[in-house]
Amino acid sequence: MTTVDELLALGDDALIAAQRLAEWTTRAPELEEDVALANIALDLLGQARMLLSYAADLERAGLEGAGRDEDALAYLRGEREFRNAQLTELPRGDFADALVRMLFFAAYQRELYAELAAGPDERLAAIAGKASKEVAYHVDHAIMWTLRLGDGTDESHRRAQAAVDRLWPYTFELFEDRPHLREAWLAAVEPVLAEATLDRPEDGRFRPTGGRKGVHTEHMGYLLAEMQSLHRAHPGASW
Amino acid sequence: MYGNDIPEQPGHARLLDEVAAAERDLTGRGLGGDGTEGGADDYFGAVIAADGKIEPRDEMPEAYRKSLIRQIAQHAHSEIIGMQPEGNWISRAPSLKRKAILLAKVQDEAGHGLYLYAAAETLGVDRADLYEMLLDGRQKYSSIFNYPTLTWADVGAIGWLVDGAAIVNQVPLCRCSYGPYARAMIRVCKEESFHQRQGYEILHVLANGSPEQKAMAQDAIDRWWYPSLAMFGPPDTDSTHSAQSMAWKIKRFSNDELRQKFVDMTVQQAEVLGLSLPDPDLRLGEDGHWAYTQPDYDELFTVIKGDGPCNRQRIEHRRAAWEDGAWVREAATAYAKKREGATV
Amino acid sequence: MSWPLWEVFVRPRRGLNHQHVGSLHAADAEQALRNARDLYTRREEGVSIWVVPATAISASSPEERDAFFAPAADKIYRHPTFYEVPEGAEHI
Ligand SMILES: [Fe+2]
Ligand SMILES: [Fe+2]
Repeated sequence: MTTVDELLALGDDALIAAQRLAEWTTRAPELEEDVALANIALDLLGQARMLLSYAADLERAGLEGAGRDEDALAYLRGEREFRNAQLTELPRGDFADALVRMLFFAAYQRELYAELAAGPDERLAAIAGKASKEVAYHVDHAIMWTLRLGDGTDESHRRAQAAVDRLWPYTFELFEDRPHLREAWLAAVEPVLAEATLDRPEDGRFRPTGGRKGVHTEHMGYLLAEMQSLHRAHPGASW
Repeated sequence: MYGNDIPEQPGHARLLDEVAAAERDLTGRGLGGDGTEGGADDYFGAVIAADGKIEPRDEMPEAYRKSLIRQIAQHAHSEIIGMQPEGNWISRAPSLKRKAILLAKVQDEAGHGLYLYAAAETLGVDRADLYEMLLDGRQKYSSIFNYPTLTWADVGAIGWLVDGAAIVNQVPLCRCSYGPYARAMIRVCKEESFHQRQGYEILHVLANGSPEQKAMAQDAIDRWWYPSLAMFGPPDTDSTHSAQSMAWKIKRFSNDELRQKFVDMTVQQAEVLGLSLPDPDLRLGEDGHWAYTQPDYDELFTVIKGDGPCNRQRIEHRRAAWEDGAWVREAATAYAKKREGATV
Repeated sequence: MSWPLWEVFVRPRRGLNHQHVGSLHAADAEQALRNARDLYTRREEGVSIWVVPATAISASSPEERDAFFAPAADKIYRHPTFYEVPEGAEHI
């Protein structure tokens, strides 16, 4: 059966990815893209809420008395208790970073949710089934931009390649619990990079890890400080 | 739709009914004529007199076209710049539900900006040129967005008061004489229906929360009330554009009429919240309208002229987004060209 | 620099024609379709979308008096001097 920790890993990935993506609101290269990125951030936030609520319910079932809810999990856990992969917490970066990260992350989520949707846990399967349709669109959007940035101008190519090189090492962590998914992920990502005239990086020895055990990059603390500040300033308040 | 667990907001349904009526009139009109078939000499004047709609390629006086471009563009700029003060709280929204609502709301404002830029473009102007005029200050946006959002309650106050005032302004524009603008406004007003409600709900929760939360809500209302009244523009006696706009049926009510309508709606809504409006002289007149203290129009002009607390910050933010995005837009264009070349 | 303009048509539901709903900017058709989905069907307003380059549309309606569109074709509105710096009135 699914564990609280597994649900937290899934939910935290979606939550932290949404938090970062939402930073693009009012900052996108065109208004149409502002709307598109907000849509994707809203999808991720919706996934996070369903997954964290499930984690909270599961946790409560093993407890006496009142447990935590989605907000307690999002706002009142410390950095060491977050289970997201480090890829999701890296700083916003430029537009190439955002879209290459989306490609890597959404392609992973697509494989993951497809598997969970067919799994034995009914509640999780229902969440994954709904999310599958969303992430398919995220993958589409990311592919569209990866092609345009990679095969656009010299500058966009340079920036896209830099983003691919920077983010590639962080993709290994995504598959630590489910190594078998990486093959399908590579089969989806590699042709996109090739068509975008981008080099697929070597699988080097730098493979940052630790997110699933609460070991994060130095960027994570600032993300949480900002996200949680208001909620924590008013203990017990309703909003 | 987000959250309905809030008290009924007096006056709200009535405004939405007006939007629906404007839409019915618009779609109904298409079947009949507008009384101007057969090419009257003064085609434009005849359409306006018959309360018809002017469409993009109709003949129209240059002054009408210029005036519309200015108004629609400035309206579009307001939607886009208006994303910033509220966007300031997306990362810190105090619950995941509020974060989702706020993100969707700010996203809607981007959509409103897009609909309006599209309406302006039907008049033969380019969106990029309008951006340029926003950035170099030749065109303005609503001064309300030059005030800072200091606390979470400001998000509530903006939704309730600023979106509320915007709706009062915009509902009559659903019947504006220029077709594309009227249609864009119908679309916008329908989407606005949740904006004011979510703001009102935020304040309602705060007003019924801890003493700190209630104080936060009152403080926000104290700061946003007069700037919201100023959104309707200078008093009719000083308004330079009003008379001509009314003759052209772009505008249907005067600044002061709309401001009065807003005050009349809002006083009662504040009572329901259990919060006060910062005007000791508010009182109900025998004519059924509330007497109120006018906003400080000198302050309004100071802000319009560029010296409000956030004018420079708002434009710099917009400029940075536009300039940082240049290489991305160029990449998409270059890619499209390559593909075109490949398939031909 | 900016992207070209596209006109967007949405079929609100099965059994109805596509209707013009507005326009947007995109570098190519693929991007225009995606942007149209995000912008004009955010609230599930449609089941099918068409996008057409604005330059590909020819108009024939008698009410549309093309002669009067000539100034736009000459792009006089693209010149900054065409516009007045606005006075005080604010209408959001
Ligand atoms: Fe709006
Ligand atoms: Fe709004």
